[in-house]
Amino acid sequence: MSTAAAHDDHHHHAPTGLKRWLFSTNHKDIGTLYLWFSFAMFLAGGLLAMVIRTELLEPGMQFVDPEFFNQMTTVHGLAMVFGAVMPGFVGLANWMIPLMIGAPDMALPRMNNWSFWILPFAFLILLSSVFMSAFGAGNPAAPNFGWTFYAPLSTEYGPASTDLFILSVHMMGISSIMGAINVIVTVFNLRAPGMTLMKMPLFVWTWLITAFLLIAVMPVLAGAVTMMLTDRHFGTSFFNAAGGGDPVLFQHVFWFFGHPEVYIMILPAFGIISAIIPTFARKPLFGYASMVYATASIALLSFVVWAHHMFTVGMPLAGTLFFMYMTMLISVPTGVKVFNWVATMWRGSMTFELPMKWAIAFVILFTCGGLSGLMLAITPVDFQYHDTYFVVAHFHYVLVSGAVFSMFAAAYYWLPKWSGVMPNKLLGELHFWSSLISVNLLFFPMHFVGLAGMPRRYADYALQFADYNFWISIGGFWFGLSQLLFLAVCVLCAMKKGEKAPARSWEGAEGLEWEVPSPAPFHTYDTPPVVK
Amino acid sequence: MQSTLFHRAAVGLTSLMISGMAVASDWTERSNENLRPGVTGVSQEVYDLHTTILWIVTIIGLLVFGLILVSMIRHRRSKNPNPSTFHENVFLEVLWTVVPFVILIAMAVPATRVLIELDDSSKAELTVKVTGHRWKWEYEYLTYEDDNNIGVSYMSNLATPAEQINNPVLAGGLFPYGTAQDAVGSEFPEKDKNYNLEADNPLVLPSGQKVRFLITAADVIHSFWVPDFGGKKDAIPGFVNETWTVVPEGKEGTYYGQCAELCGKNHAFMPIEAKVVSQEEFKTWLAEKKEEAAAAPDLTPFADLDEAMALGEQTYAGACAVCHGNNGQGGVGVAFAGSDFATNEEHLDEHIDVLINGRAAMPAFGAQLSPREIAAVVTYERNAWGNDTGDLIQPQDVQDHE
Repeated sequence: MSTAAAHDDHHHHAPTGLKRWLFSTNHKDIGTLYLWFSFAMFLAGGLLAMVIRTELLEPGMQFVDPEFFNQMTTVHGLAMVFGAVMPGFVGLANWMIPLMIGAPDMALPRMNNWSFWILPFAFLILLSSVFMSAFGAGNPAAPNFGWTFYAPLSTEYGPASTDLFILSVHMMGISSIMGAINVIVTVFNLRAPGMTLMKMPLFVWTWLITAFLLIAVMPVLAGAVTMMLTDRHFGTSFFNAAGGGDPVLFQHVFWFFGHPEVYIMILPAFGIISAIIPTFARKPLFGYASMVYATASIALLSFVVWAHHMFTVGMPLAGTLFFMYMTMLISVPTGVKVFNWVATMWRGSMTFELPMKWAIAFVILFTCGGLSGLMLAITPVDFQYHDTYFVVAHFHYVLVSGAVFSMFAAAYYWLPKWSGVMPNKLLGELHFWSSLISVNLLFFPMHFVGLAGMPRRYADYALQFADYNFWISIGGFWFGLSQLLFLAVCVLCAMKKGEKAPARSWEGAEGLEWEVPSPAPFHTYDTPPVVK
Repeated sequence: MQSTLFHRAAVGLTSLMISGMAVASDWTERSNENLRPGVTGVSQEVYDLHTTILWIVTIIGLLVFGLILVSMIRHRRSKNPNPSTFHENVFLEVLWTVVPFVILIAMAVPATRVLIELDDSSKAELTVKVTGHRWKWEYEYLTYEDDNNIGVSYMSNLATPAEQINNPVLAGGLFPYGTAQDAVGSEFPEKDKNYNLEADNPLVLPSGQKVRFLITAADVIHSFWVPDFGGKKDAIPGFVNETWTVVPEGKEGTYYGQCAELCGKNHAFMPIEAKVVSQEEFKTWLAEKKEEAAAAPDLTPFADLDEAMALGEQTYAGACAVCHGNNGQGGVGVAFAGSDFATNEEHLDEHIDVLINGRAAMPAFGAQLSPREIAAVVTYERNAWGNDTGDLIQPQDVQDHE
């Protein structure tokens, strides 16, 4: 392989400078762009969270107006979901899927370029409303209706910037759909000879299924924001009861997108963990086939559980029961995955390098989030939990110590392949331990205040919640600062400072990506490898 | 007093940590970190269900984490240099699919039973219509026992004074519309025990009788939630949702709740205060309220501008300041200070009209405030903050309006 790649470098001049990135059709460069973009959004969204936690340090309004507080919670959610987590996984897909299946590039490289370059502009539009709100004279509000933008708060009562929000969501949707099409076409057409579907690494499998989810639900989101747009400006009443519409319809449409979206943000994480644990346990993944089937069943079930986000809207008993049973059912395939990972570790020969540390933290903390999810599925109790900090704790456990941790695991695991140097151990260890402790200080007490009765999206709270909120805020600042360590790790790798990485950067690593040199040459697999 | 940011923060935090501990378990006499058992039969059942499921997931969690821990200790390379190679076991895989399924069924059975019970709001003795407004609750008593025409309704606002809530640390700067910047550096009063939970006009309910709530909203979606009654229900404009509660006799007292669906700026500032009293006391209270509602509005003219301004200031603070600012500087609503609308004679009639009938996002106050209060507020808005128009509007002017 290395000879083919070296040969290629001779007469195929890799473009340099700004043009290299702007016009890139190379899956590795586009993957890198996605990953840096995702990390930038992670820091931006984190900054907004710091404003939230500063205001919530103690009861009373000390720093911002409640109106501005709502803008912070809204844009924090949007930046993290659409800016940090989704593009992060797309970046990993871009880098790793062609390498893992022995393809020379993504199947549709120009579309790949476009689907990335839409994103910075989408977020420029969205974030511009925050800048205007924070610095502009007269302060037109940024979107302030929560990332779930329920009507009529976002339609009749939405600020003018809602239209910027609608445009940017459309752009993010187009980007995601194109990214998903690219993954599907690549996986179905560009696999190396002998790489049958059931031989594909699980990361490829989970992304294939995620891509189908994206294609199924992003248009639904586009529909929801389009209906909002026509309600706001063209006299329709989809979500306005006074005009014969239905505010609850909005929630049904939104969550029909929103629930599969939850799995879009976690299935690729399952793939990453399924790659890392066998590597460091030096033992093949337990139950490969059942992992594939479990992923597929989670994806299918995700289409019939959306209304568990809206148990309190007053659904008929039969509907409520249906959604409760379906939601509980999801814990079966999810449980299978966790048991498979534990069985993979069992009687292995484990070492605990950085990727493995993050992966084990993922399994434990994601399971915590899964178990609180099961509690939330029990409808009569959900009537108490709903819209409290208990829910905030639950989804941050699955999204931060779940999805985000899996991306850290992935970054530490594949950074040697991307950059050619091993990530800095000292900084990496500090980053891991600091994040692990602070993430729990940040999110675990949220269970407590939630159960005790603190509603979410509250700019101010009753005195009863003061103690825990103080510590939650401290955890928040700590977790936020810890991520600067990761920035340092990434910058060091990008500057090629560090121990040189061999092709097979980790002793027990298996898979095609470890057959090519580190860093992976600009072009790989011009001639497909043969998979036995 | 010295008031650097850090000094203030340190003092505030220390005193709050201490006061927080003192009032900790006082909201209701229950836990700071767990669900409240509540006072109704349903809330008890919900609490029991919660406890059962919490135990089940805790045990499952500990088992899984225990296995991981054992594996991490015993199956590390230094202890187990030669890994096994097994990667399948049909028995195990069937086992860990079937066992969770059985546990789920065991959870679903009691959950279904409680859900069915919760769904039955028939045979209620009292029906109260609860309407969520931005940012207050309206309670309308519809029927009680044999009385199908009560006609009592009122608004319930946050009772916590603004000085307790607004403790600004930053003057202007990054967030220029920050609340009450002019209060930066002033002494802030200590927060009440029931800070942010108390309402001016509580919802009054009889004990020992089934109360049915019909829940709706006037503007955006809110959610009516008193944790001690065992759950919440969304208040949706254009829809009427139902829920019910029975607070047993002997459990009279005050129960607090909060709005649980994001509804805009003051989402965190529209509490529910439910005062549960004995049936006798409730009947007396209801009779008084009925009498009040039947009485003709008080149209006594104001003696002079000062009298109207005094009532106006009080009414403005309760009903208008949240949107239009404490000093008429605007916010969610338009600004009055120095505005053409509040100073130009041409707009006087329109000013009264908008207050009575509302306009766009501005709610109609015709049913919420008395003619005397409306006259006072209009007078206030046209004379305060340098708007020295000298206009004095009398209750009769409002009564005669259209």
